[in-house]
Amino acid sequence: MAPLLDVDSLAVTLPSPRGPLPILHDVSLTVDEGELVGIAGESGCGKSLTAQTLLGLLPPGAAVSGSARYAGTELLGLDTKGWQRVRGAGIAMVFQDPSAALHPMLTVGRQLTEHMRVHLRMDRRAASRRAVELLDQVRIPDPERALRAYPHQFSGGMRQRVAIAIALAAQPRLLIADEPTTALDVTVQAGILALLERLRAETGLAVAFITHDLGVLSALTTRGYIFYAGRVVETGPTGALLTAPTHPYTAALLGARPHGTQTGGTLRPIPGAPPAPGEAPPGCPFQPRCGYAEPSCGDAPPPLTPAGADRSVACVVRPRLEVAA
Amino acid sequence: MTTVHDGEPGAVATTASRPRGAHPLLTFLAKRVAVTAGLLLGVTVVTFGLVNVVPGDPVTANLSDQALNDPAAVAAFREKWGLDQPLWAQYLHYLGNLLHGDLGHSQQTGRAVLDDLLHYVPATLELALPSMVLALLIGTGIGMLAAVRNGRLTDQLVRVGALLGLSTPPFWLSLVVLYVFFYQLGLAPSGGRLSTDFSPPPTVTGMYTIDAALAGQWDVAWDAAQHLSLPVLVLTSLTVAMLVRFVRSAMLEVLQQDYIRAAYAKGLPTRVVLRRHLLRAGLVPVVTVSGLAFASLLSGTVLVESIFGWPGVGQYAYRSATALDLPAILGVSLFVALVYTLVNLTVDLLYGLIDPRIRLS
Amino acid sequence: MTTLADPKAERALGRRRWLGRLRGGATSRPVWRQPITVVALTILGGWLLLALLADVLAPFDPLAQSPDAYAPPSGTHWFGTDSLGRDILSRVVHGARLSIPLALAIVSLALLVGGLLGLVAGYVGRFVDEALMRLTDLVFAFPQIILAMAVTAAFGPNTRNAVLALVIVSWPVYARVIRSAVLSMRGDDYLNAARLLGVGPIRALRRDVLPNSIGPAIVLATLELGNAVLLLAALSFLGLGPRPPAAEWGSMVALGAQDLSMWWVSVFPGLAILTVVMAFNVLGDALRDRLDPRYSKGR
Repeated sequence: MAPLLDVDSLAVTLPSPRGPLPILHDVSLTVDEGELVGIAGESGCGKSLTAQTLLGLLPPGAAVSGSARYAGTELLGLDTKGWQRVRGAGIAMVFQDPSAALHPMLTVGRQLTEHMRVHLRMDRRAASRRAVELLDQVRIPDPERALRAYPHQFSGGMRQRVAIAIALAAQPRLLIADEPTTALDVTVQAGILALLERLRAETGLAVAFITHDLGVLSALTTRGYIFYAGRVVETGPTGALLTAPTHPYTAALLGARPHGTQTGGTLRPIPGAPPAPGEAPPGCPFQPRCGYAEPSCGDAPPPLTPAGADRSVACVVRPRLEVAA
Repeated sequence: MTTVHDGEPGAVATTASRPRGAHPLLTFLAKRVAVTAGLLLGVTVVTFGLVNVVPGDPVTANLSDQALNDPAAVAAFREKWGLDQPLWAQYLHYLGNLLHGDLGHSQQTGRAVLDDLLHYVPATLELALPSMVLALLIGTGIGMLAAVRNGRLTDQLVRVGALLGLSTPPFWLSLVVLYVFFYQLGLAPSGGRLSTDFSPPPTVTGMYTIDAALAGQWDVAWDAAQHLSLPVLVLTSLTVAMLVRFVRSAMLEVLQQDYIRAAYAKGLPTRVVLRRHLLRAGLVPVVTVSGLAFASLLSGTVLVESIFGWPGVGQYAYRSATALDLPAILGVSLFVALVYTLVNLTVDLLYGLIDPRIRLS
Repeated sequence: MTTLADPKAERALGRRRWLGRLRGGATSRPVWRQPITVVALTILGGWLLLALLADVLAPFDPLAQSPDAYAPPSGTHWFGTDSLGRDILSRVVHGARLSIPLALAIVSLALLVGGLLGLVAGYVGRFVDEALMRLTDLVFAFPQIILAMAVTAAFGPNTRNAVLALVIVSWPVYARVIRSAVLSMRGDDYLNAARLLGVGPIRALRRDVLPNSIGPAIVLATLELGNAVLLLAALSFLGLGPRPPAAEWGSMVALGAQDLSMWWVSVFPGLAILTVVMAFNVLGDALRDRLDPRYSKGR
């Protein structure tokens, strides 16, 4: 069966005062129907830009190449009308900060129903009924009353639940969640994660979960993509990725996590910083910070190559060492 | 204000419970009235001081050379206007009268200042109100368009236009408009409120267009509207120029917000995102600046009235100022300060209407 | 962090912050190299040159009357002549000698007065602050032109009093800006550090507060230059500015109002005002865009 979302060799270049800046290079990823997929990496690695690309929300002047198919339809190159049909009803999005992503001056009811009425052609009353069901589904107490309330009257966690209800309102099949728990307290985070997992199980919703937190990745998703400097450097089943990382960057990320990891005792920060867009070295982007780097790493960015069951890695050195070990 | 907490059973979104005692709006209004009263008192002190401390002498400003040479005439003038009393006595006397609604008599027109104001204020309002409404509509529309078309040709043109409008002297623009529309094209009358063939309609509001319409004198209303057209055109364009830049940068800021991207991400048509989401949020800064815009519009009125021979407060202020007509100057100052305060109050109340976060807190 | 250890370094940082932004930092061109600013600077430079060399460049004596009244623009009189037969081109050129220096004078005096009062209000606080701020409220309660008109009329209409009146109506903006700059800095570490090191209030004002608040004040002053030209011309148009027969642009436009058919009498001085004000506005905008990031979005 073809995946619900199939991104192939996606590259995005943004305009800047000093000329075009390549941000995403050769990104390929898939999300199956009803699957929870994680996308992880440091901030600025292109995770969010991938989400924006998949919703056609790139700033004017951005250049896109490659392919992104949703349910068999090519997204790249859609016209405005085409995008409007996909957004909300096919692919929906939950943003990082619910306080910023909800309109402060429109009622929750208005924000929940306006796109239902466009996508599902519902009248006001039917939309309201569905809105109440949705709020109930995301566990907002007293949904009828909540419809008439404004976002600022809810706490952060409740706001994110409202935002999720809004995203689900027009019955999308893929939800892109861009760090939806980063702005929330840890205790509230768990509730949101549980909600997403429950929605997936109940409705068969596919979720692409963007995060910088490997803990969240392992708790929620079944498959993961590790991004670095606008590239996918490693992918595979989440469990395997996190217990036996192959790419030096994945390994380093695990080592840099504050609480105990499977790879070792002490906290080891990664030396240096990820390259700014347009300033990546000619070869492997991680090579300047990599403890395994060899001279040949500076030649060309290594392609993503299969490495074991369902896994791929973009590194030429470490898989070889592991085989040798 | 209560908020809902995760997992709090039965938690409900509610507004603040009312504090005991007065309604918050009443408390707010009472405070504003007190501040306004203080401000108005300050205005009387400053204006009174200004006109009396400075070298100009109302006697020389108001009497002819012939009368000035006649000591009896000078003394009579001084006595008539209380100028022979000490300054503090004059001020207290004025304040006492003011409390009774008596603004004194204009030395120039010889009429009660209050009557003068009641005569001139509606004329100015008839200019200022339509200009303000038009400017708000046009300014918001153009500013929004420029923000949405950020950086493109439309935006560049709007910005150049706004810059031109802001840099144009109002009095010069009035002359240019007169030259083109009256002298060259003959499309509009050159000045005044009515053509000489018409007499003013019976006074209800003091605004000729409305009064004429109320009296069913449609020819008079049309004539009055034609006389309004050019000064309103000038005032509107100047105010639009001022508004457009604010609206544009305010809307640009809103356009960067996540909730606008979220609205697009829901698959809403652009038209809906702009009209419902962008406009709603962008209106708050527009309301803020509209107070300022009204102030600049009133400033423009002084010059525009003098060119279009419009018998309004601006002309009255100009004539009183040059004649050092103290009661009239004080009257105009009080009126202007009062208008400013009212405008600011309206702005604050409008905030609450637009932004629920303010309304409910 | 150098915060507490070295207030001098902090201060230097604060001072350089706005200079650095003007130079454009690493990402864009310096302010004075952007096309629109170049145009504005060229226009202003042109006017300054005209003002300096007015005696040499003006073809006629700006005050000399001639029987050739209301002559339309021609080879002899490029901009025509006015009701008294005076050459309008010469008067426009000489007008630059009044408007530009007077606008500079108005703005610098207002900056000086407002700046000092703002510094005092912000630094002393309490009663002084309250009193000064209520005073600014009072001035703000009038449309500028009405208050300026009243003041000029009261003191007697002439150049000096017009300038004085415009200073009186325009100082409060600077007072507010400087005051809020001082207030925002009072909590900052380097002022506290200076206080810990025993730096007295006057020295702190002069060495710490002033260099840091001068940036926003200069931006405001540049933005206000255009406004000053406009207000002065307006007063003069109303007959409350420089006394006739002085060649002042506002009063020249007023002469043209007497007879609309002689369009050239008011068109050229009006265009002079327009170009100068526009150049000042462009310059002010450019400075503000760099120094006040709130307004720079989308540029």
